[in-house]
Amino acid sequence: MKNFLALILTLFLGFLIMSSLNNNIAFPKFGEANIGDRVSDAYIDRDVTENPGDVIFGETDGLESGPANIVTAIVADYRSFDTLGEVTVLFVSALGVALLLGTKKQKRLEIDFHPNFMLRVGSKALFGVILMTGIYISIHGHLTPGGGFPGGSMIATSMLLLYLADDNFRAKVKGFKILESIAGSLYVLIGIIGLIIGGSFLVNILDTGVIGELFSAGIIPIVYVLIGLKVGSEISNVIDNFLTEEGA
Amino acid sequence: MLQYAAIVLIMLGLYGILTQRNVIKIILSLNIMEIGLNLFIISVGYVTDGIAPIMTTNHNTNSLIYVDPLPQALVLTAIVIGVGTTALGLAIAKNIYSKYGTFELDEMEEE
Repeated sequence: MKNFLALILTLFLGFLIMSSLNNNIAFPKFGEANIGDRVSDAYIDRDVTENPGDVIFGETDGLESGPANIVTAIVADYRSFDTLGEVTVLFVSALGVALLLGTKKQKRLEIDFHPNFMLRVGSKALFGVILMTGIYISIHGHLTPGGGFPGGSMIATSMLLLYLADDNFRAKVKGFKILESIAGSLYVLIGIIGLIIGGSFLVNILDTGVIGELFSAGIIPIVYVLIGLKVGSEISNVIDNFLTEEGA
Repeated sequence: MLQYAAIVLIMLGLYGILTQRNVIKIILSLNIMEIGLNLFIISVGYVTDGIAPIMTTNHNTNSLIYVDPLPQALVLTAIVIGVGTTALGLAIAKNIYSKYGTFELDEMEEE
C-alpha cells in the first residue's frame, strides 16, 4: 500500500514537472539553448562590464579573467566566493565524518579483504603515476579540463590505493590535517589580500597574462592548487576515518 | 529528450527514498536523484554542435558556438557537495550498523 502511494506520488510529480516544461517558452528544447541571451555570453567573452572584444587563444592579454577553460573562469574567478562556500561545505562534512567515526584510532578495520600479489605490486607502480596525474590536473586547471576538485579526488584515490594494497598501512593523518588547514587558510588569506588591494573579496590582483599560457590567469592557478591540496587531504582523511577503528 | 530522461532518474530516486527501508539503499537513491538533477542542469545548457567551453589552439576565438559553461560550473559545485553528503550519510550508516548490527530500519529494536 505504502509503495503504491509512493508510486502514485512520484508519477504525479513527474507528470507535473514534464507537462510544465513541455512547450514552455522560457524552457529551451534540448540542444536549442541560445547562449547569446544568457549571462554566460559575457563569461565566454571575458567581459561582464563593457562591450566585449575578440579573445584569441595565445595572443590576447590583460583580460578581465584569464583562463582558457571558461568553466574555471566561472568557478575560480567570477563565482569564487561560491567555491569558497563549497570548500567549506566539504570541510564541514569531513569534520562530521571525523566526529561520527573518530575516536582514538589505533588500528585498521578488519575486513574480509586481503590484497593479492597483483594489487601489492601494481599499487607500487601506479601510486606515483596517479599522484602525479592528480597534481598535474590541479596545476593545469585553467588550461585543460579538470581543476582542483578532480585533481584533489585523484590524489585521494592514490591514498585509497595504498590503503587497499597494504593491510597495515596508515597515512600520516596529522600531516593531512595540517596541510588542509594551511591550504584553506591561504585561500581565505588570498581573498582578504584582494579585499585590501583590489577593493573586493577574492578579486584577481595579479596580472592575467596571455590567455593559454601556464603562467597566466593571475591568482586562479594558485587558488586551484590550494583547492586541490585541500580536497585531496580532506578526502584522504575521510578514507582514513572509514578504514580505522578503536583498539590497541 | 535527455531532459525528460533526467527527470525520470530524479523520480526514480525519489521513489527509492520513499519506499526503501535499508539505510544503504536510501543513500543510493539519494545519489541517483542527484545524478538525475546534475544531468538535467547540464542538459539545459547544451547547444547542438557546440564546443566544450575550453579554448585551445584548434578553437581559438570567442566567436565560436560554445556550450553554456555556467550550468557546468554549477554542477561541479553540486558534485562536490554530493560527495560530502554521501560521506556523512555513510558515516551515520556505519554507526547505525555498529550499534544495531543491521542496516534495515524495520529490524532495529530499542534497547
